[in-house]
This record gives sequence, C-alpha cells and structure tokens, in this order.
Amino acid sequence: MATETPYEILGVKPNASSDEIRKAYRKLAKQLHPDLNPGKPEAEARFKAVSAAYDLLSDAEKRARYDRGEIDETGAERPRYSYRPHAEGAEGWRYQPQGEMDLSDLEDLFAAFGSAGGGRGGRRGGEGFRARGIDRTFTMTVDLVDAAKGDKKRLSLSPEEWLDVTIPAGIEDGQVLRLRGKGGPGFGGGEPGDALIEVHVAPHAVFSRDGNDIRMELPVSLAEAVLGARVSVPTVTGPVTMSIPKGSDTGTVLRLRGKGIQRRADPGDQYVTLNVVIGYPGDPELAEFIEKWAPTHPSDQRRGMPPL
Amino acid sequence: MIALDELLRRLRGLDRRELIQWVENRWVLPEQSGNTWLFHEVDVARVELIQEIRHEFAVDDEALPIVLDLLDQVYGLRRQLRRLCDALAAQPEEVQQAIRSALPPSR
Repeated sequence: MATETPYEILGVKPNASSDEIRKAYRKLAKQLHPDLNPGKPEAEARFKAVSAAYDLLSDAEKRARYDRGEIDETGAERPRYSYRPHAEGAEGWRYQPQGEMDLSDLEDLFAAFGSAGGGRGGRRGGEGFRARGIDRTFTMTVDLVDAAKGDKKRLSLSPEEWLDVTIPAGIEDGQVLRLRGKGGPGFGGGEPGDALIEVHVAPHAVFSRDGNDIRMELPVSLAEAVLGARVSVPTVTGPVTMSIPKGSDTGTVLRLRGKGIQRRADPGDQYVTLNVVIGYPGDPELAEFIEKWAPTHPSDQRRGMPPL
Repeated sequence: MIALDELLRRLRGLDRRELIQWVENRWVLPEQSGNTWLFHEVDVARVELIQEIRHEFAVDDEALPIVLDLLDQVYGLRRQLRRLCDALAAQPEEVQQAIRSALPPSR
C-alpha cells in the first residue's frame, strides 16, 4: 500500500496555503489528542502522524524540499534514485533496442570464439576439458599472373609472425585456403585451430581469365598483319615468340598452347586476339596507294551488321 | 506496479500531461491493463531518469530520444555482456584461464 503524503494525512491539497495547513492540523489535533482519547492506540498513532506531517509542512523550507522530492515524508533525505540497477535488472529487457542486439548477435560472438563453445573437438569428461583452438581468418590479394602459375607468398601477421602460403595454380577469386594447425592454440591439450585465408585475385591490365585459359588482345601493325611477322607476346610464364600469319586481320585469334592456367595435369591455353593498328593514318604515301588500290577492291565492311 | 495517479503522487513535481506525452512518445512503456497504465519499478526509475535529463540537464524534447536510445543501447550491451560473462563463469577453470590469457590488453 502506498504511503500517505503529509498533505493526505492533514486532508489538504498539495497547493494549500500555510494558513489552511495550520487550520487542518489544529482540527485534527483536537480530535486525536491522546489526552482526549485515552485507551485508543489508533488515535494516538494517527496523532503522531498528523504532528509529523504538520511539523514538515509548517516549515516552509522543509515543505519546499519535500515538494522537490529531496526529502521523504519523515524528513529523511531521499536516496538518489538510480536507473541503472533497473536497466540491468530483471525488467531491463523491456527497454532493450529491438532487433539491434539479440540472441543471434551473441551467437555470432560465440562463433567468433570458434568451436570452443561445444562444436567439433570440444570434449568434456572425467579427464578435464579439451577443445580445439579457434580458426583464424585472413585475406590476401594476389595478381592474376601469380594466380595462374601458382606461387608462394608470405603473409605477415605482425613483425614477428607470418604464414607461408602456397597459392595453387588456378586459384579462383574468393577461394579459401586452409592451413591446418595454424590457428589459435587448443585448450587443455586440444589440437590447434586452422588459419583460413581468403584469396582475392586482382584484375590484370593485359590478361583476363576464361576458365583455364588466358585471353589477351595484341596490337599489331598494318604491315605485320598483311605480311606476317614474328613478334614477342607476354604470357603468364614470361614472353614467348609468336608467328603472325601473313594476311591476318583485326579479330584474328591465335592460340599459344599450354600458356594458360598452369595446372600440372592439363594446363590451359592463351588466346591472343589481334588488333590491327594502321599506325600512320595521315601518311600521304599510304593515302596515295589506297587511292589507287581501293577502286579495284570494293568492300562493304558493314554488310554483316544487323539491320536497325 | 503502480498506476498513473500513484506515480504522480510519488514523483512530486511531475506534470501529468508531460508524463502522458512521454508514454505516448514511447519513452516510457508502462504495462497496458484495460484502460489504465501500470508502471513497473523500471518504468518509475525511467520516468525519474527522464525527469532528471529533461529538467536538470536541460535536454530538450528533440535531443531526449537520442539520449534515451543511446542509453538503451549501452544497457542492452551490458545485459548481453553480463550473459556472456555468466556463461564464461560457468566454464571449467582451465577454459577461463585460457580465455583470460587470450584477452588482449584493453588499452
């Protein structure tokens, strides 16, 4: 049951004047005075309450402090409230943000602790607790050439700690390599966790990947296309010499066998698409020659275009 | 649990219309029981908190929801952290030891 306020005890309104309070007190005091009510303990108790209420409200300063909530009805300093024990207490969940932090977040947190929370490798029994160490995840980026032919990379974790990572030839962008035992140490003699390395393959300025093959575009001169030539072509394993057949054209595709993704069993190929560049478009000798040559070699290069 | 009138009686200096506004803003979430509101202890403490932030710290009605939201997030996190700590405290000593030694220094 709620405690009565001194105003209620005296039967006055909270905004009563001091005069009204005094009158109310006197009226009640006369009714309840112990000398006038011998042998009535409830009247005596009531009289004490009324006196205490009047004591508080007749003092302007105390009354003001009470109204501000600084002291309670007995005149004692009111303890400073604190929201925190409530917020963290049994009912605090009612003001917890919805959907921002819930059980699944906590489970994510446990997942970050690895499988030590009771997944594979965890074992509890008479001989004590053993758990596999956590897996550690890292990312690294390699270029397309290293991805195509394979490589060994050193991944620095800190100045004193590194992992030697073997990049297998033909690794795909986003592929995860697992280094067994390179994760966190196990608990209670359990085996260590693994290092998981997510490898990204950076796009290359010249080469692009097409399954197990490598594709590139090679600019050639008009003379090389018309007359044929031997030119140097970059590949993932280094430059090679390639023959451009006489009478090649823009769009001609040449294959370099075995120069694609360097898989041990069945390496892919490199496909080179030629792109003929005139080189001297404003050259007067060339123009003079074409003027003589063109009338006898009519051609419509756009006949294959779909009608619009 | 107390009703609106008892709350107003208990927290003197609280304006009725203001309190109703706070509930309507959903800054305070009393239990709805028929046509009346029932304020739990946590609600009462929250009303006092709002009163203090609003009047003593002079945070206005625009900024107050942000303050409350941040507080709720902090307490939500603390509750979750407490759950986690309780779960850790229930682990065998070896596991606790391992976790303690794996904790990086907090600085």
